[in-house]
Amino acid sequence: MSTLLEVENITLRFGGVTAINDVSFSVEDHELFAIIGPNGAGKTSIFNTISQVYRPQEGDIRFEGSSIMGTRPDHVAEMGIARTFQNIELFPQMTVIDNLLTGRHIRMKGSVFSGALWWGKAKREEMENRRKVEDIIDFLEIEQWRKYPVALLPYGIQKRVELGRALAMDPKILLLDEPVAGMNLEETEDMARFILDIKRELDIAMVMVEHDMGLVMDIADRVMVLDFGQRIALGTPDEVQKNPDVIAAYLGSEFA
Amino acid sequence: MFRRPNLYTSYQAETQVLPTFTKKVIAIFAIVALFLMPFDVPIISGPTELPILRSIPLIGDGLPFFRFLGDAAWLRYMSDAMIVVVAALGLNILTGMAGQVSLGHAFFLGVGAYTGAFLGGHATDSVYGHGLPMWIWLPGAGVGAALVGIIVSPVAVRLRGLYLAIVTLGLVFLGIHMGNTDWGRKFAGDPSLGRSFPEMDLRVWKEETPLVSISEKGSWFGVEMSSNQKEFLFVAAVMLVFIFFAVNIKRTRTGRALQAIRDRDIAAEVMGVAEFKYKLVAFATSSFFAGVAGALYASHIGKMPAAQFNLILSIEFIAILLIGGAGTVAGTIMGSFFVILLPELVKDFSDWLSERAEGEGIVASVSEVILSGNQGDFGPISTATQTPNYPLNVFDLNLVLYGVLIIVFLIFEPLGLYGIWIKVRNYWKRWPFSY
Ligand SMILES: Nc1ncnc2c1ncn2[C@@H]1O[C@H](COP(=O)(O)OP(=O)(O)O)[C@@H](O)[C@H]1O
Ligand SMILES: [Mg+2]
Repeated sequence: MSTLLEVENITLRFGGVTAINDVSFSVEDHELFAIIGPNGAGKTSIFNTISQVYRPQEGDIRFEGSSIMGTRPDHVAEMGIARTFQNIELFPQMTVIDNLLTGRHIRMKGSVFSGALWWGKAKREEMENRRKVEDIIDFLEIEQWRKYPVALLPYGIQKRVELGRALAMDPKILLLDEPVAGMNLEETEDMARFILDIKRELDIAMVMVEHDMGLVMDIADRVMVLDFGQRIALGTPDEVQKNPDVIAAYLGSEFA
Repeated sequence: MFRRPNLYTSYQAETQVLPTFTKKVIAIFAIVALFLMPFDVPIISGPTELPILRSIPLIGDGLPFFRFLGDAAWLRYMSDAMIVVVAALGLNILTGMAGQVSLGHAFFLGVGAYTGAFLGGHATDSVYGHGLPMWIWLPGAGVGAALVGIIVSPVAVRLRGLYLAIVTLGLVFLGIHMGNTDWGRKFAGDPSLGRSFPEMDLRVWKEETPLVSISEKGSWFGVEMSSNQKEFLFVAAVMLVFIFFAVNIKRTRTGRALQAIRDRDIAAEVMGVAEFKYKLVAFATSSFFAGVAGALYASHIGKMPAAQFNLILSIEFIAILLIGGAGTVAGTIMGSFFVILLPELVKDFSDWLSERAEGEGIVASVSEVILSGNQGDFGPISTATQTPNYPLNVFDLNLVLYGVLIIVFLIFEPLGLYGIWIKVRNYWKRWPFSY
């Protein structure tokens, strides 16, 4: 196994607030790495620093061995880092198919000229990518929604479409921000199944932020626990569950 | 949703612009009708000969609405509208698809008009002109406007919303000012009279007699035609080409990137869409459309001063998008025809009413009430072109109508005419179960 993503001593401050305080972790190939922690612990901020929407003041982030600090978000995406968002960030007026095709953007070449003229190569590229998108639609079992503008879809389906859009990018690593938040039991189980399928069949490494402890303990290879921007534990689900600091943070110190 | 599902057997079939048989038939019919428009179709263009129709008071004398066929003033209005479609499709790419509100569209039309005049116009002592053929000056006008668009975009792509609107508004004033400088007059001619623009004739190079003459009357395929009729046909063809471009841009990679930036700019970047690059592409493409339209418009009008490319023209384009339905190609086309033809309709209608005010019967009484003619009565609409504040003349009335329509559409139908059309279509799809 080799290391795919390395986060080294990053610190991110917003004015007086330290959202991330000297946090380090690394994600291996094929690994499903989970990040848990109470609200405001800095989990989403970690994702935002990896996709370079936020620039941490200190530390380094390396992807496949080279630093991505200061890289534009769209270049980070091109390198193979895809993500979903805690509050769904689909393109609401576009259909499911168009949302997923937008995920294919970085894997396509067509310019405004070739597009406007709809000539051979541009047309062929659209068709080929359309086929890839249809594969993902099959994989996520959202066939029946393909042509709907996503704004009209139920919440659980939107979450799935967002996962599909990230998958369409052909990523090497997927960052999932609370993929089952707000879902009922059945939807949660579906989503867990898709995440495991992605791991087994597509062999994509994943970092998952999640509040659902049951889910995390069931499917994650390793877990990192954050509290107030600091890493308080990192290990296998079993190790983390027994860690007194974690029990204190989650249940209050009297249980420690 | 409410019809038998169409079975698509390939993505090729599914990504067609006109996927169903019905749509293909309608499109072909519309195109045929468009190209027939300049020719006299007797049943529709004049007073009808059918006795049954003659007995109906309004239709018998020929409705103003149907007068546009044949070589009439309406043919020119239609050509105007089709040129405006090209320009509006450009603004739709920038404002409708990419969400960047620009009040500078008139400026880019102007840049196109004077680039076209510089390349294709005839030089005099006071203005530049290189007399190049249309296959150079028309695309050249687009390229010139696109280049100017690229020059301003380093500032423009970093702004959004109100700030962008104000900066682009500045362009319009800058443009009119530049047209007034000594330097600008070499391009734009005299500030009050303007300059002459190149004609729409097909030439290989600068030879005297064109290969195909469009701006001179003559016969095409054995049919005698006026220059109006010829220009109409040419402009219609150009419009169809630009509709083709606009539809394709919308459904391919660039179009999706622009809409992604409009809807969620940060998510778009995280998906790999280079925000500044695509805003620049939107600016350049939109300016290209505007430039071609501007040159065509100037050529069509013949002679106009630079001050015509003013804020009111820019606002007219915004009105087109709002009334038609921003973001959709079909809506932009509908909006253009609506906004350009409406004033002419209103004018024709009030002329038509005033002709009948003297007579008897219901039409005459209606026009008594609505119109205020020379007799000095109190109708709200005046038939004179110059009036004090009240009663309104037809020009004022048109301005008021725009304002009211924009407000009505913003409040009741944000999807514009396109939205209304979708509703009507769905109504008939479900008919007779229309509830
Ligand atoms: N853009 C921002 N500006 C200011 N403070 C922020 C911003 N984003 C996050 N924060 C702060 O950083 C801390 C961590 O937030 P976040 O990463 O969203 O937590 P989590 O995802 O773990 O709930 C919070 O205190 C939050 O208020
Ligand atoms: Mg969060």
